[in-house]
Amino acid sequence: MIIALIEHDRGKLNESSLEMLTLGRGLGLPLHAVLIGEAARPLADRAAAFGAATVHVVQHERLAEYAPEAWAQCVVELIESLKPEAVLASGTDRGNEVMAHVAAQTRLPMAANCIEIKLGNPCVVTRARWGGSLLEEARLNGSTHLLTVAPLAVEAVESPARSPTINTVTPTLDDKVFRVRVSGRVEAGAGKISLAEARVVVGGGRGVGSAEGFKPLEELAELMGGAVGCSRAVTSLGWRPHAEQVGQTGTRIAPDLYIACGVSGATQHLIGARGSKHILAINTDADAPIVAAADYAIIGDLHEVIPALCAEVKKAMA
Amino acid sequence: MNILVCIKRIPATGGKVSLTADEQEIDTRHLGFTVSPHEECAVEEAVRLIEANGGSSAVLTLGAEVSTEQLRDAMAMGIDRAILLETDGREWDAGSTAAAIVEAVRADGMNFDLLLFGNEAADTGDYQVGIRVAHALGLPCVTGIKSLEIKGGGAVAKREASGGWDIFEIPLPAVVTVKEGINLPRYPSFQGRLKAKKKDIARAKPQWNGNQMEKARLKIPKEQEHQVEILGNGPGAAPKAVEVFQKLGLFQK
Repeated sequence: MIIALIEHDRGKLNESSLEMLTLGRGLGLPLHAVLIGEAARPLADRAAAFGAATVHVVQHERLAEYAPEAWAQCVVELIESLKPEAVLASGTDRGNEVMAHVAAQTRLPMAANCIEIKLGNPCVVTRARWGGSLLEEARLNGSTHLLTVAPLAVEAVESPARSPTINTVTPTLDDKVFRVRVSGRVEAGAGKISLAEARVVVGGGRGVGSAEGFKPLEELAELMGGAVGCSRAVTSLGWRPHAEQVGQTGTRIAPDLYIACGVSGATQHLIGARGSKHILAINTDADAPIVAAADYAIIGDLHEVIPALCAEVKKAMA
Repeated sequence: MNILVCIKRIPATGGKVSLTADEQEIDTRHLGFTVSPHEECAVEEAVRLIEANGGSSAVLTLGAEVSTEQLRDAMAMGIDRAILLETDGREWDAGSTAAAIVEAVRADGMNFDLLLFGNEAADTGDYQVGIRVAHALGLPCVTGIKSLEIKGGGAVAKREASGGWDIFEIPLPAVVTVKEGINLPRYPSFQGRLKAKKKDIARAKPQWNGNQMEKARLKIPKEQEHQVEILGNGPGAAPKAVEVFQKLGLFQK
């Protein structure tokens, strides 16, 4: 059997979990989903629609807010009672964090960001290194294999829906596992489109030339209902906040269109942009790596091209 | 307060990389070396916290003798002293790396209030060394932190979450793994470099007990074949670009 930890925030599903379930149901063993906290119970049907035959809902009065060690403790208890061949989670901030706590507590090996899994002993995985620009084939030994699935590596596909068996479990959680928990939040600014979820991203690199140079990019992003992004060079120069960085050490974006303006296309930036369905590069250098990685390119000075684009977009939308 | 920062020497890759013939490593014959960006920020954060609160800082790495280069870089930024856990250069997995760090922390005798790590190493991307160290030492751990404030006997740490922030209040001592963006690391001064060059580096040779996760080989992912369509040169290409936007359905609400 495989246990799949579904990631959610106060009942709101993280869609990466559906990719993880899609991969997990193809591994040849019964798939059991785990939902932590009562707020997640309504997600049982979604988990079933993506392949979970059984759903374990973990019920405890202190699980309303995310607490990584407490979540891990719930998973450890399920490992002890169900003795699964593998535990899966998504390779997100929280998925990797909870799984690492499980690994630390059980002293089992953990492979982060897998894209292919062959169960067995040893379990053979292909996993992302260097943010996915390099792959590693690795072997894991152990009674239970702890694996996270790289986001955007597998497309989430529904399987014929069936109604899942629901099992409610109550874990024993002592105070210690709540030492670290979300104790406050700052919500995203109202009406602001998040970079990770934007349908259009207008990104700027060193070629933008200055902090002020981003004005036309902001205008284009606003016209197209998108978000502004930038390269690591730009955040290192202090032109834009780090929250807007697209890259291995910034945000992974997955828009329908990424317009990359004056971005050279270093590997660590391309890693962050890889989830884009289409890339339009605007660059003075036709030989820049970003142009080779793009679907469309305009060769020219972004300071002339973007205002022209803004004008054309306005015309088209009028 | 006393702070330990753990770093790792990695190749400085910019563009495409190639592998060694045995497919075990990146071919580094033409590459320089650096530390992971998250860890560079961890070093900077430690220096700032000591400047603000007083105390002492140490930097630690597990790796071959050549890793002293990265330890000296950290001391040039303002870290007080360095510890090298010397290996023969083979790759230690996350579990064995964490075990060696735990042993070194216990042997050091200094009571660290804060152990700083990068959220994940840029090369292996294991996402677990800091957490494993925290468990073994019985300490709380927060990961992926982009804002850290020391308050009384504890810390307030913030992590980005869907466009906003999750806030964690934790007691010290603790393990904190940070992400790039928590600060903008300084360039070491010339004087800092000179001072760092003269400092001793404490050394230990941790015992190799084998990896639980075994690297079979590395692979370069296959690039998806695709052609780039040049829409034109300069602003004159704008109408054609907007045609593409329409074709992609970007103007539909």
